[in-house]
Order: sequence, then structure tokens, then C-alpha cells
Amino acid sequence: MTNGNTAENDTAGAVNLITCTINNVEARVPEGSTILEAAKTVGVHIPTLCHLDLHDLKMVNQVGTCRVCMVEAEGRWNLLPSCSTAVTQNMVIHTNTPRAVRSRRIMVELFLSNHPKECLICERNQNCELQSLAAELGVREIRYTGPRFKTHKDSSSYSIVRNAEKCVLCRRCETMCNEVQTVGVYSTVHRGFDTVMGTAFDLPMLDTACTFCGQCVSVCPTAALTETDDSEEVWAAVSNPDIFVIAQTAPAIRVTLGEEFGMPVGTQVTGKMVAALKKMGFDMVLDTDFAADLTVVEEASEFMHRMEHGGRLPILTSCCPAWVKFIEHQFPELLDIPSTCKSPHEMFGAVAKSYLARKLGKDPAKIKVVSVMPCLAKKFEARREELTEEPAGADVDYVLSTRELARMIREAGINFGALRDESFDDVMGESTGAAVIFGTTGGVIEAAVRTAAAWLDPENPSPVIDFKQLRGIDGIREAEVAVAGKTLKIAIAHGLGNARKLLTAIRDGEASYDAIEIMACPMGCVGGGGQPYHGNNMEVLKARMEAIFKEDAEKPLRRSHENGQIKRLYEEFLGEPYGEKAHELLHTHYQKREQI
Amino acid sequence: MSDNYGQVRIALRNCGVIDPEKIGDYIAQGGYDALAKAIFEMTPAEIIDTVKKSGLRGRGGAGFPTGLKWELSGKSEGDEKYVMCNADEGDPGAFMDRSILEGDPHSVLEAMVICGRAIGARQGIIYIRAEYPLAVKRLQKAIGEAEELGLLGDDILGSGFDFGIRLYLGAGAFVCGEETSLMNSVQGGRGEPRIKPPFPAQAGLWKKPTNINNVETYANVCRIILNGWEWFRQFGTEKSPGTKVFALAGKVNNVGLVEVPMGMPLRHIIEVIGGGIQNGRKLKAVQTGGPSGGCIPEEHMDTPVDYESLVALGSIMGSGGMIVLDEDDCMVNIAQFYLKFTAEESCGKCTPCRIGNRRLLEILEKITTGGGAEKDMIDLDELGNIVRDCSLCGLGQSSPNPVLSTLKYFRDEYLVHVNDKRCPSKRCTALLRYFIMPEKCIGCTVCARNCPVSCISGERKKTHVIDQARCIKCNTCYEKCPVNAITKE
Repeated sequence: MTNGNTAENDTAGAVNLITCTINNVEARVPEGSTILEAAKTVGVHIPTLCHLDLHDLKMVNQVGTCRVCMVEAEGRWNLLPSCSTAVTQNMVIHTNTPRAVRSRRIMVELFLSNHPKECLICERNQNCELQSLAAELGVREIRYTGPRFKTHKDSSSYSIVRNAEKCVLCRRCETMCNEVQTVGVYSTVHRGFDTVMGTAFDLPMLDTACTFCGQCVSVCPTAALTETDDSEEVWAAVSNPDIFVIAQTAPAIRVTLGEEFGMPVGTQVTGKMVAALKKMGFDMVLDTDFAADLTVVEEASEFMHRMEHGGRLPILTSCCPAWVKFIEHQFPELLDIPSTCKSPHEMFGAVAKSYLARKLGKDPAKIKVVSVMPCLAKKFEARREELTEEPAGADVDYVLSTRELARMIREAGINFGALRDESFDDVMGESTGAAVIFGTTGGVIEAAVRTAAAWLDPENPSPVIDFKQLRGIDGIREAEVAVAGKTLKIAIAHGLGNARKLLTAIRDGEASYDAIEIMACPMGCVGGGGQPYHGNNMEVLKARMEAIFKEDAEKPLRRSHENGQIKRLYEEFLGEPYGEKAHELLHTHYQKREQI
Repeated sequence: MSDNYGQVRIALRNCGVIDPEKIGDYIAQGGYDALAKAIFEMTPAEIIDTVKKSGLRGRGGAGFPTGLKWELSGKSEGDEKYVMCNADEGDPGAFMDRSILEGDPHSVLEAMVICGRAIGARQGIIYIRAEYPLAVKRLQKAIGEAEELGLLGDDILGSGFDFGIRLYLGAGAFVCGEETSLMNSVQGGRGEPRIKPPFPAQAGLWKKPTNINNVETYANVCRIILNGWEWFRQFGTEKSPGTKVFALAGKVNNVGLVEVPMGMPLRHIIEVIGGGIQNGRKLKAVQTGGPSGGCIPEEHMDTPVDYESLVALGSIMGSGGMIVLDEDDCMVNIAQFYLKFTAEESCGKCTPCRIGNRRLLEILEKITTGGGAEKDMIDLDELGNIVRDCSLCGLGQSSPNPVLSTLKYFRDEYLVHVNDKRCPSKRCTALLRYFIMPEKCIGCTVCARNCPVSCISGERKKTHVIDQARCIKCNTCYEKCPVNAITKE
């Protein structure tokens, strides 16, 4: 917690307006506004690099380290970083003097002089903030020819690759990890030219308390942090005629994949996505949404079982693997409260390699399950030993992020925009609106409440479907839901820092709830670490969330237990929800992990 | 002129006079009288007012008015406030603070208690570098003795005022002498500067209002309280009252600490107090302010020493380093030497200091090894100005001073390096060439036998020759030749 740069709560009440002049235009802004904010109000653009403001998520990186946004203020001998300098009354600011412009360009030249400059073969080519900045500032030469900083690449984890040679030390990852997520994996180490963003004791990422939520990757301006690329393995499996490859797609990716192909944010591309996966050669394309419905049925059953048998409450949702790893590291004393349900894609894998394999007459060992997820933590999750059954192997064999899938679609030469919609294959392709909303904060608990409400109050002819009191973007939300004369106390947290607050209160006995949903990523899976880069734009995340609820509203069935294929799965294979077979295939256990 | 040659001892008043390990010695010199006066005869506002009127300015380098600092932290709202002492004296060759802490620790403790009384703080912290074990030991002893006598701790002098002081040992990072880095360090964080504002007076240690002053600044306070601000103002200049301690070093005859009234000309310090240049050589420049200070050439030696004049010349007061250079010193080499220090000590937080200083250093290395061109001087100037203008804290903002000031005052010397590939002061080894003068060589073979790369050839009793292509310029032949037949150019 070194940077002291998390946004404080907005102060209530009247704000003083102060007047300043920016490039000869008068601006009136609330006291405390930065020069950068004031400049925006008068249409003046100041280039930035380290700065990042996702105010609604309390993710504000205001460390002033890159020194790109420097401006001149009359009466000051030096230049000021506009991102982190508050305007003062009657301040006269010039953002585009030759001195300011030259400083900015030289700052970028300095970055480039210390950068691998392998843009043509870089993961972030054409999607890199440093590259864009160099283009914007018209950098045409790099006068400084000294050697650049060299260090090793860390590809130890199954989720995140760290390449510190491409790091610009903007500290966004540090702020995100230490202050927003409160995981604290990153810190700068060494000094001078050798300063590097590193882990404690230079531990490989795999050995740290990293939850692999991937939020650091989401905010990294360059390719210093990227996802582990599993596309080669997936191509190899898909092209192997002896292997039956099944793709499953997460709820949150159908509203984001289109962004990678230039479509407006929030475009639903479910049909095109299915068509693309089929063209890529997957033998079957199925829906993780099916498994989300299955999760709801299991989790609601577990919840009712705990209520009826005096089990420990609250029950905590367990579909977010980053959150699961977080509680294992940070709150090992609370490991009995998360639901034992596997996450949906793992349930899917387990069912695919048993029930589906039997239906298809396939040898489970010859089936590979590929999950396309908005998430990097799922890559680690898929490697967990406890999520492996013999002889079928891992429930899920490969996990691709939304970004990786988009790359593979491009690689395969598929014209995504021109694809005709196709439908998921049968058996495990049907889903309800309840499954769709898994993709955003509050969705899992709302889906569970929809089913629990129906079960607890079977006589009610028109039960409530939309529990709007559970929706919103506040980091921690509480709501009470009245069902059949009972009041369920529910809490929702997104972002691990919020989760920590909630868990601390529960551990210390300061709060009690019946059920809690936690998502590691701010905004839930629509803001997942494997999603298309949101460009530090909060509106992108909000639009994705709206698209999720829109898709839910359009679905003919909106409660998980109404899913016909799920009913059939229980009748033909699993038996009772939360029963013996379900336990064997659909539930898991957790382990205590070290805090560092 | 007195025996002191114009020196006045205020900060160093007790150093060498009292036994620093005996509180009685300090008290006998009027020690803790100022504290009693501050507690029983003055209100906090009066204390601050006295310090303000004295015109005392921060002796750590920047020269911020001390009284104003006290006033700001006094006015800041806060349930808890801190008084900190910056004893992280890190400039190479500087030992002003060390001498005060080792020779007169109570003068700092007493001043901190007075400051606490003035701003409403009850906790003092001295951040001292661990490389000063004797100072640490004496401070600890002094704290213990003061606590025993009720001059520190709870209910000081029976007044009901509580104030405790503890030590925090630094871990060796130069940047921790920067006040906000120092606070991060005390908080267990990485020694990195914070963005200001907020200033420490508003949100300092643990985000609480904090007053932080340097050792020497505190060492002046008690005398000001005791003798009044008018007394203090009789020394020094209008804008820089009082005295300043300098660590005089380099090519002067008398090296060591000096304490002089502000406004004394540099020439007086060097020639009268310092006793002139060693070996009758010629004064070339004075480097003031530690590694991030600038070099002031001989023609400006009549400049009075105060904060503004030094800045106007492209240098700084800094904490009081003063290194005298003579004609044997190469100014490019000197710039490179100091920049190497600051570049290594950069915390790496901001781009200009982290990468810019390294690039500046590389350009200097190019010039001192014969690879430079005139264009490099333009790059040095431009980049140096940008590092100064854009860096986050005082370290980066002042690190290019040695480069920029030498470029300004010793441009010809740079030109000789880049155009003729020659170092007039013969300091840049890579630019030197060693020759054997045939008229002096006696053919004794000593040089050839001692040459580590065997690049000297010649028969016994005949003139020897150095193979320039293989010579590594190690200077061995030059040192070994019994008849001084080797010359370097």
C-alpha cells in the first residue's frame, strides 16, 4: 500500500469552484480538480501514460511517475504533471508550449530508448499505449542509444506472463494489485536504472499469493503483462483427428468478443461466435451457460440444505477462481463457507467427460474440453489437481481468454463480421437468462435467488424474476429479499479489496448474511482479466453489463431449474441435485495457502 | 580579523567544547534553558513567531523558511502530529550533521521538543543513517539522560507537556534524505518521494501533519529562542540570516568543517579560512551542495554565499558540501563523477531521473572516452534541462546541476574533449596517450618489465617505445620510470 493513490470517497456537499486559465481559455472547476481534469472541461487534450482513472471502481492511478503529461504554469520554474497537480485559483497553464511539447516527446524517447522495440511481433502491436503515444507525439528518432534494461521473463504461472523489459513503471499494476485488489503481489525493487516491478523476494508468480485475476494485465499499457498464450496447444488438439474437441463459451464473452472486431461495445455476437468456433474446427460447440444453470441448481440446493440442516451461513459463491484462490491465501479460517460447487466451466468439463461422453459413445480420455473465458484465473484453475478425474484427466484441458480467441479467429482468416449466426450444439447447449447474468456483478446471486425463491414458494403463480435490488456497480452492495415469508440477507462484492472488507467483517462477527456473491474482477466477468482491453474507459464496462441484462431479458426461460436439458441431465445421469453423483462430479474442496 | 577568520559558531557552538555524553555539560552551557523559556514564558504562537522573525531557513538544502513550516504544521488539523529530524546525511564528504549529533546531541533534542510544543505534537522521530553508529549511540544516551531529568518524555519540567523522541535508522538509500521518501521509509515502505502537495505539514508521516527539519536547522533553534530573533539576524544577510556549516574539502590547505555567516564571499572561505589552494596551484572552481550541486568557476568567487546567489549561478546550497577544484581537475570528469552517484541513487520512480540520468551519464562517458561529438553537448544540455524540469523530487531536479553548470562555465573544456579527443587536465584516462621521451630514456627496462600488457619494447640501454594500440593507460610505466622519461598527453 505504498502509493496512496486510491480514490477517496467523493466528499458530499457543496464544492467550491475555482477559476484557472488553460491555453488562454478560462475554466471553472471544482476545488481539488487536477490540471488534466480542468483541461478536459475546456476541450484541451493532454497526452498521458501512467495516469488511469476508473473512478467508479475506485481505481485511480495518480502516481505521476511517467512525466509525460507535463505542462507549464506561469510563475513555476519547473514543469508540472497535469495528472497529479491540483489547479489553484487563477493558475495560468499552458499545455502546448514548445518547452512542454518537447519535454513530452523526449520523455517518450527515453521510454523507447529503454524498450525492446519489437512492436511488429509484440502481443500489443496496434493496441499499446506507448506505441500510440509515440505516434501521437510524432516521435521520429530516438537520440539516446545506450543499452536498455535487461531482465528475465516470468512465465511460471499458467495465467500471466511478466516481461519487465517492456514495463514503463507506470505502477498501474501495483495500484490495482495492492490497493484495489489488496493482494499485494507487486512492488518496485532495486533502484535507479535497474528499478523493476517485481514480486517479493523475486518469487516466480506461481509461488506468490497472486490470484491470477488478471486485472494487472487489463490495465497494463504495454505488453509487460500479458496472458499465457495457450492457442498453440488448442490448434494442435483441434487439428488432431483422434481427439474430440469440445469448446464451451462463458456467459460474459458473447457481449465482448465483437469489440475485438470493431463492433460497438455491448454487441451480442453469440451466433457469430459459435459459427467461428465451428469454422475453426471444434468438433462440438457448447455453452458454459448450460453449466451456469447447473451451478445454480447445485448451489441453491446446497444453500437450502445448509439452511435446513443448520449448516454454516453465509454461503459464498464459488464460481470465481481468482476469488477462491484469494480466500485460500488470505482467509484460510473461512474455507468452510464458500459453496463447494465447482465453477461452471469445471462442472461442464466433468459432465462432458462423463455424461456427454457416454451419450456420444466416446472415450473420455480422447475428449478435450476447451473453455473460452473472460478470465485468466481459469487457466490456473484448470490445472488444479482436485479438478481432475481419472481416467478422463482434467475436467478442462485448455482455457482461452476472449483476447486469445479473437486472435485465433483472425489467425484462421475468418471474417467475423460476415459470419452467419449458428446455434450451440445440442445436449449441453441450452441455457436460461439466469445463466447469462453470471457474467456481471450480482448475476450469480440473482440467478440463485430466482431459483431459491421459486423452490421456497412453489405455490406462487408469478414469482419475481428481476431482483433489481441486487444490481448496480457499487463495490459492496447489501440487499434483503423476501421469499415465502422469509427474509434473505444478501451481500455482493466485486473487486477483491471489497471482498476483503466483507470477509473481514464476517470473520470478526461484525456482519451476518445468508448468501454472498463475490467476483474478483471489478464489475464481474464483463471486466475480467481476459476480456478485450477496455481502454481505461468505465463506459465500456457499463455497456457490457447492460448488454448482459438485455440478453437475459430476451431469453424465453430465465430461471435455471427450468432448463430442460438440466432436468434431463439429472433424470438420466446425476439423480438428485446435491446428491451423491453430483457431489462426486460437481463439487470440490479448498486448501489453505501461504499469505505470500 | 579574529582567530576564527570570520567564522561564527552557532550550530557548532558546543561541538568540541562539551562532553556530548554528559547532559550536565550541555546544561552548564545554557542547555535546556530555551526549553524552559519556551514552555513557561512563551505561547506556541510566540515560539513560532520568534522562529519566523529570525528568518531561519532550512539548512538541509532547499532553504524553506523554518518558521513558516512550523506555522503550517501548527495550523494543520490533526489528532496526532509529528516532529521529525532529518539526519540522513548522505552527501559524500559531508559530515556537518554528524558532527552536531556526535558533538552536541542535546541541541537537536531540545529544539525538537520546542518544536513539538509549538506545533502541538507529542512525538518526535529522528531518521538517522545507520552508517553513523557513534551519533546513534550518543543520541540514545542523550535521550536517556534527558528522560531521566524530566526534560523529555511525560510531563516535561513538570509542565504537563509530554514529548517523546525515538530514533529510526535508515538503510542506506540516498533518496531517503528527501523528506517524503524518508517518511515512506519510516512507514516501512519503499524510499520513494511522494507527490507534493500535500506537503508534510498537511499530510506527512502516516498522513498526519508533520514538521520535518534538518539537524543543523534544529541546532540553531535554541539560541534563537534564548537570545531572540534580533540577535540571530545580526549574522548573515537579509534574506539568509544566520550561519551555515560547510564541509570544506578538496584542494584547499585547511580542510574540515567551517561555520560562517551567510553572505561571506566564497573567496574568503577558500583563501582565508581554507588557507588557499594546495601546492600553490590555481583555483579552478568550487563545487557546492553535494553531488547534485553545480560547479562555480573562479570568476564568480566573490559571490556571497547564500541560497539565492548559489542558485543563480546554477548550483545549490545543499546541505553544505564545498569541494575546491584546482587546474588539475577535469570538469567533464567531475560532472561524470557526480552524475554517476545520483544516477545510481535515483529511486527509479520517475522517468527523467531513472532513464534520463542514465542517458546523460552515457553521453558523458562517450565524451570522456573519446567518442563524443559537438552534438552530444547539445543533447546533454537539452536532456539535462528536461531532467531538471520534469523530475518528481529534488534529487532528479538537481542531479543535472554538475552537468549543466560545467557545460555553461567550462564549455571550452568540453569542446577540447569532443573535437580534439584530448583532456587538458589529463584526468580522462581513455583520452591520454603515453610516450617515452627518447632524450630522457636510459633504457633501464623497468617500464617494459612492469607493463601488465607487455606493450613496451626496446633493448637494454636503448630507447624504449610504447605500442599505442595495445596500451591500456594503466599509468604503471609513468609511476615506475626512475628518470621521469614518460610523458602523457
